[in-house]
Amino acid sequence: MPLNALTGSRVRERRLALGLRQAEVAKATGISASYLNLIEHNRRRIAGDVLRRLAQALATEVDALEEGAPDDLAEALRAAAQEPGGERAELERLDEYLGRFPGWAGVTAGLRQRIGQLERAVAALNDRIAHDPHLGAALHEVLSAVSSVRSTAGILAETEDIEPEWRSRFHANLYKDSERLARGAEALVTYLEGAEQDATAGTGSPEEELDRWLAARGWHLEGDAAAEAEALSTDVARDMARRLVAAHSADVKHLPDGAFDAAMEAAEGDPLRVAARMGSSVLSVMRRIALRPGAVEGLVVCDAAGALLLCKPVPGFRPPRFGAGCALWPLFSALTRPFQPIAAELVMAGRNGDRFAARAYAEATFPDGFAGVEVRQAGMLLTPLAGIASAAALRVGATCRICPEGGCPARREPSILAGI
Amino acid sequence: MLIEDEPNIAEAIRFLLTRDGWQVTALADGGVAEQAVRQDRPDLVILDLMLPGRSGLEILMALRADPALSGLPVMMLTAKGQGRDREAAERAGADLFMAKPFANAEFVAAARSLVGL
Repeated sequence: MPLNALTGSRVRERRLALGLRQAEVAKATGISASYLNLIEHNRRRIAGDVLRRLAQALATEVDALEEGAPDDLAEALRAAAQEPGGERAELERLDEYLGRFPGWAGVTAGLRQRIGQLERAVAALNDRIAHDPHLGAALHEVLSAVSSVRSTAGILAETEDIEPEWRSRFHANLYKDSERLARGAEALVTYLEGAEQDATAGTGSPEEELDRWLAARGWHLEGDAAAEAEALSTDVARDMARRLVAAHSADVKHLPDGAFDAAMEAAEGDPLRVAARMGSSVLSVMRRIALRPGAVEGLVVCDAAGALLLCKPVPGFRPPRFGAGCALWPLFSALTRPFQPIAAELVMAGRNGDRFAARAYAEATFPDGFAGVEVRQAGMLLTPLAGIASAAALRVGATCRICPEGGCPARREPSILAGI
Repeated sequence: MLIEDEPNIAEAIRFLLTRDGWQVTALADGGVAEQAVRQDRPDLVILDLMLPGRSGLEILMALRADPALSGLPVMMLTAKGQGRDREAAERAGADLFMAKPFANAEFVAAARSLVGL
């Protein structure tokens, strides 16, 4: 079974799943059985009315036949099969499972996602217990008071001939330490109660929450964005959203709408030429291009460590939410060569082979001057391309784990996709 | 010489050791400890790991770096959960560790053992 079947294959799978014969379905659709056979073997393209009637005959949606099960769902299930205990999952029948039991598949993928969220929450809580300075200080305070109480009480209990002066002094110390203990215990309880609330509120990582928020508002960062960002549930997500909105309004200030549009037109959308005309940073121009309302461009920005700071996905190119991206991205070539523009045609590995014109550029700034550190950032602007890839196109993936590209010399970990 | 910033613990230790026949000088600040040790030349230094001014570990390293003081017995007071600091102090040459909270009799016996009483 192919990784992601074509429309015809999905028609066939659906029909077989329903236990229908070609002749029956053809009749209900108003086409000949031999034509349906050609469709099912992907030898005839179908669209429009025929596809609509076919979907009706198969009691399904046009989208389901056209696009198949969402890639995300298939990927989530493949990833689930990689987990311990997943060895017996019938990966080769994944498409069939998705087609026949979309509800159960969704539940399985949802459970896996929830487990991932909980694992991250546990890791975060472990981190907190191990490294939290407040918790450490609170425990130290309690321990100090306990030590003092133990020694002092020991002296009072064991020293029979203790002078009255010393005795009253130690009693006073005991009293003070007992107060300290009570306060320390109270602080600990308050802290632990707070931690409990945080943990239950943490449904998913802040990055996921931010992604959902950005997608929901179509990456529109003007107008009410600053106010809406405050409604995010975690501090981290709020902070990240605030930074994004602030960076965007700074970009808009440097590159105001009218002047920016005029420069874009004069420079034919070339970020370097726009930056030169407007005397601004190239990364600002890239962000401005990708974040203007209705922009089709995708954008990835990383820091000097290669960590992705900003990922605006485009259909066909979805940067990983966690971990590093594909090592072959021109983004990383640009990162090592600041101020050198790198343009490349990209073809995404995989079924659709979406194509993009990639333009990557890295800048270094020194916010603290000569005595300070270099802050380097690289950006890669992706403009979707139509048509057939040229021979010079560079094949890249999103990230190794979900990349089907076999024999890639830059691969760093196995793919979860079947057969790689 | 006792270098401990918790006044009530310092008072308890001072009482215990004085009763046992020791002469005790107590300091609460790590910053002045090294100088005081050089001046007083005590028989035993009891050093808390966490001190204001200068950490017990730093003081210990300074003492051990001086050949004249390298043989001075040092007891470190540690709290539970300071495993990493304790390892560092062990490497720096602490003679004995006393974990808080401690039993009084155990503490006095440990102090005696360090000066060969």
